[in-house]
Amino acid sequence: MNLPLFTPDADPGPNFMGLIDKIGPGFNRLKSTVVADDPKSSPIAGANPGGTVGIPHGTTVIAVRYRSGVVIAGDRRATEGVSIAHRAIEKVFPADKFSAVAIAGAAGPAIEMVKLFQTQLEHYEKVEGSSLSLEGKANQLSQMVRSHFPLALQGLAIIPLFAGYDAKRSAGRIFSYDVTGGRYEESEFHTTGSGSRSARTTIKLGYKEGFSLDDAVRLAIKALYEAADDDAATGGPDIIRDIFPIVAKVDDEGYSALDRDSVKSYFTELISHRDNSVVED
Amino acid sequence: MTMPYYVAPEQILKDRAEYAQKGIARGRSLIAALYGDGILLVAENPSRTLHKISEIYDRVAFGGVGKYNEFDQLRVAGIRHADTKGYAYSREDVDARSLANVYAQYLGQVFTHEMKPLEVEILVAELGDSQAGDRMYHISYDGTVVDRESFAVLGGDAEAITERFSESLPTDDGLARILPVCVEALQGPERLLTSKELEVGVLDRNLARRFFRRIEEQELQQLLQK
Repeated sequence: MNLPLFTPDADPGPNFMGLIDKIGPGFNRLKSTVVADDPKSSPIAGANPGGTVGIPHGTTVIAVRYRSGVVIAGDRRATEGVSIAHRAIEKVFPADKFSAVAIAGAAGPAIEMVKLFQTQLEHYEKVEGSSLSLEGKANQLSQMVRSHFPLALQGLAIIPLFAGYDAKRSAGRIFSYDVTGGRYEESEFHTTGSGSRSARTTIKLGYKEGFSLDDAVRLAIKALYEAADDDAATGGPDIIRDIFPIVAKVDDEGYSALDRDSVKSYFTELISHRDNSVVED
Repeated sequence: MTMPYYVAPEQILKDRAEYAQKGIARGRSLIAALYGDGILLVAENPSRTLHKISEIYDRVAFGGVGKYNEFDQLRVAGIRHADTKGYAYSREDVDARSLANVYAQYLGQVFTHEMKPLEVEILVAELGDSQAGDRMYHISYDGTVVDRESFAVLGGDAEAITERFSESLPTDDGLARILPVCVEALQGPERLLTSKELEVGVLDRNLARRFFRRIEEQELQQLLQK
């Protein structure tokens, strides 16, 4: 590998995606993903998760604002059509110190997109000596989703969810996306993925402006539980294997994920408070 | 038509070296030293924003002296090299040695083939799991690489600073102990450097993943008062 030096007119600046485009074609693995399926007959992933090609798809992820930041969570299941492809996949990632990204859609390219996004933010920070604004980060992710649009039409849609702490506003912020790269700021909460409808309803009914971290986590856990209850592609708490959803928070101290035991205790509490047994007499 | 004068290659290289050394001597110096919890980099730098010390990757840091635009271009190229390598392979595959070699190749190439050599001296430091794994590579304007053991001094005043530092090399290796010694070595007997004129960064083993951090004004004052 040579030293990547450029003439001033060809310099990619702090843009890592621009850099790898200049270094060589095929370096950007997100772009070089090949789809074997016929684009015309292939359905859009959102309409038919898993499509016909047997590619793992991740499902429900949610973000909820609370008093001093934002909670972001996701279940652990990936499906290939009607089979479970992975039971312990991770869909929630730190994007950098003060932001997080969660993914729904084709798992392979989505995880690749997250990796590129993380590198992009860190690269900018190191080259420029300061971080991008939260809005700037959200826009960067938007560009990545947009560049992925042709593959989305072939059944490999990726719908990320971006949340972070905006130091200038001293508040958590949430951004949602569509397959075209459209970026929308959400004022309270957002859910995406196949179980998002149930999750969204649950949050809508329980959300209160300015509630605490504990309340926000409890609501997120409940929303994931309800999503798993109604959607086959969303994994619930797996007590047998000890696998639980990932729940993380981003506040003025940065990103941190809750440990498994505390997520487990939230689920235990939730389950003990409801009586789901079917009465037979 | 006049024929160009013949100039011996020895003379050409000597002139270039002299030119580079003069350029480097105009700038201020930098000192890097191993301490118990990592690697300390201290540079004399009155600017808060035009950095001489920088993070390159998780465990790798950069220090440069001489002409700012030239070493900053090298710094950015180093970040690019490391980030593309980490992206293509894995984060743990990024190391200081390969980066130092790439820098040395480039500096050597410019020194022998271009009209003007780069007026810089750079340092690539890598934090190991323990002090035995810590590395410092000192690369000169002509591409010479030296693997430094416990400390490195870059800049025009390097000899005097090295002498002062080796004389007062501390036995206790805490940050609060070694930082004032570095500052004293940099300032010499006739000047007094305040925290405003210093840029300090560390590769700190107590951190996780990204081990580089800057020691900002307030912390620096506290450390220097001790």
